[in-house]
Amino acid sequence: MNDKIDWKKYLIVFLITISLFLTAGYLSNYFSDQKINQIKLIQDNIAINILSSETQFSLLQELSCKNVSGSLLSSELDELGRKLEWGQKNLGDTEEVSYLKKYYSLLQIKDYLLMKKISQSCKVKSAFILYFYTTAENCSLCERESFVLSSLREKYPELRVYSFDYSIDLSAVKAMLQIYKIKDTELPALVLDDELLTGFHSIEDLEEGLLKSFKLQEAKPEGDTKTGS
Amino acid sequence: MVLNPNIIFYVLIFFSVYVQVFFLVTFFENRRKIIVRNNKIKITKYPAVTIVVPCWNEEATVYKTVCSLLNLNYPKDKLKIFLIDDGSTDGTWNAINKFSHYPNIKLFKKENGGKYTALNLGLLHTETDFFGGLDADSFVDPESLVRIMSYFEKDPSAMAVAPSVVVYNPKNLIQNAQKAEYHMGVYMKKMLSFLGAINVTPGPLTIFRKKVFNDLGPYRHGHNTEDMEIAYRMQKNNYKIEHCNDAFVFTSTPGTIKKLYRQRLRWIYGFINNTIDYRDVLFRKKYGNFALFTLPTGIVSILAVSYLFGQIVYDLGDFLYSKIIQVRTVGWHFTAESINPDFFFLDTHSALFLVVFIYSFVIFAIIFGRKMAEGKWSFSPNIFYFLIIFRILAPFWFLKAIYNTILKRKPSWR
Repeated sequence: MNDKIDWKKYLIVFLITISLFLTAGYLSNYFSDQKINQIKLIQDNIAINILSSETQFSLLQELSCKNVSGSLLSSELDELGRKLEWGQKNLGDTEEVSYLKKYYSLLQIKDYLLMKKISQSCKVKSAFILYFYTTAENCSLCERESFVLSSLREKYPELRVYSFDYSIDLSAVKAMLQIYKIKDTELPALVLDDELLTGFHSIEDLEEGLLKSFKLQEAKPEGDTKTGS
Repeated sequence: MVLNPNIIFYVLIFFSVYVQVFFLVTFFENRRKIIVRNNKIKITKYPAVTIVVPCWNEEATVYKTVCSLLNLNYPKDKLKIFLIDDGSTDGTWNAINKFSHYPNIKLFKKENGGKYTALNLGLLHTETDFFGGLDADSFVDPESLVRIMSYFEKDPSAMAVAPSVVVYNPKNLIQNAQKAEYHMGVYMKKMLSFLGAINVTPGPLTIFRKKVFNDLGPYRHGHNTEDMEIAYRMQKNNYKIEHCNDAFVFTSTPGTIKKLYRQRLRWIYGFINNTIDYRDVLFRKKYGNFALFTLPTGIVSILAVSYLFGQIVYDLGDFLYSKIIQVRTVGWHFTAESINPDFFFLDTHSALFLVVFIYSFVIFAIIFGRKMAEGKWSFSPNIFYFLIIFRILAPFWFLKAIYNTILKRKPSWR
């Protein structure tokens, strides 16, 4: 009848519910760890590739232009970037994720330096954009700039975009901020051909700069694979 | 540990899981007591029963409804049938007049006053110890009444026995979805009866001891859900309500979204407002599991459905806003990214697993409810129709019912 309440049952159900919550938490953590590990694996892979390219480049000097591919790492770096961005949004801004993000920034800088060297030495048609954004505050212009850059990158496969979180605690990124004198009030900020562009820039603006950069490269004496220094 | 700052969300999920586990534990505790009789049964005494069929513009179905009553496997002299025309404007009166020559059928015609007034008119003329109603759009199984009466024979403390209501002749997607839902209803009602916590004595063929109305008074308007209000009143007065799972009543269900919406709006509005009327019962342990489980469960489900709907609307708005910005910035373009099937991007928040748990419990409830109603273990696509259709539509009648309650607007019958 009504007045008999089985308190024990309420308690047991509570405990079962708690254990289901813990199971769900455990499963969620398990998959998060798997994802973090996947990111780590990609990063290690990229690190080895960059190191290997650098070493190869130093060993053979400019003679190796034939062997150096222009789109060496960009797709892997892109994938890593997307996964990290997703991870930051969905796995939470944990220490592990921010560590991975620092590592990623570092890999980008190394890739940038290496590719710049390769493109200069081997006369590979290419362009580089360094993109500084912020996640510390709501930056709607950064969001729009990101769309512009992804769209540009799709249009010009020779374009490589390296994106850096302004507020990241990494000395290498801080050094770049100093070199290009970027202030947090001017975000988003872009560096195209060593020229600093602050605030939002539309796809047309950047396209103009890009084409100029390509033209400059073409205007230089045409270099073929035999060109030595 | 991945923590979501959204505490309300997790609290609601917690209660939703709790409710489902509570049902499941109740099931495992009592599963041996669930008996499904497939054959004809006999009882020692056949007490006289009055069944009232309130009709309001039911010319299309009432004939069949009465025929199903006449087909009941119950002694004819023990079964009184009252057909009450509650001011119909169609051919209902003509339809029921075909039965005027039956000695155990009495016809009444009154001015339209709502279903509860028709039932009360029937109550006024009832001379038997047992009383029940039957909606004029429902049809009873020939064995249903005798099975119900066997519960009264077995348990003298039972004051009302509700049947299993199942969907009559489902034709389209909406009705098939409801078929699965009603199967779940059979399971849940049985579990609530084990808990002594049933909150609706459905219009189709719940049989009461007449004493209930002598003691507690006649039907009330009950915000257009008089079958809920009387159950609340009985629970408040510690009157036992049983559920006879193998007594089947087939009911016509809304065939369009609009009709379904109206029906559910009335039900949810009735739940909210009867619960408000009986708020002094809530969480009071002297009213048993009804006060500690059934009512809080209903409240949690209203909050959860509304909250989740709000969240979906917010997420959708957020997504669209971002898309609009993208289109305004760089124009239309489709990236390969969006169709990239990488397991990595699958959301694996703990909420996902909890929702999977809840859905598993619900699917179990539907499958077992079907087993109780149709005697077979099987999986039907209706389950998915139900989960998908109700997932999309339910928030609308939930929110409208809340809105109407706040503005005190009363939904119409149909």
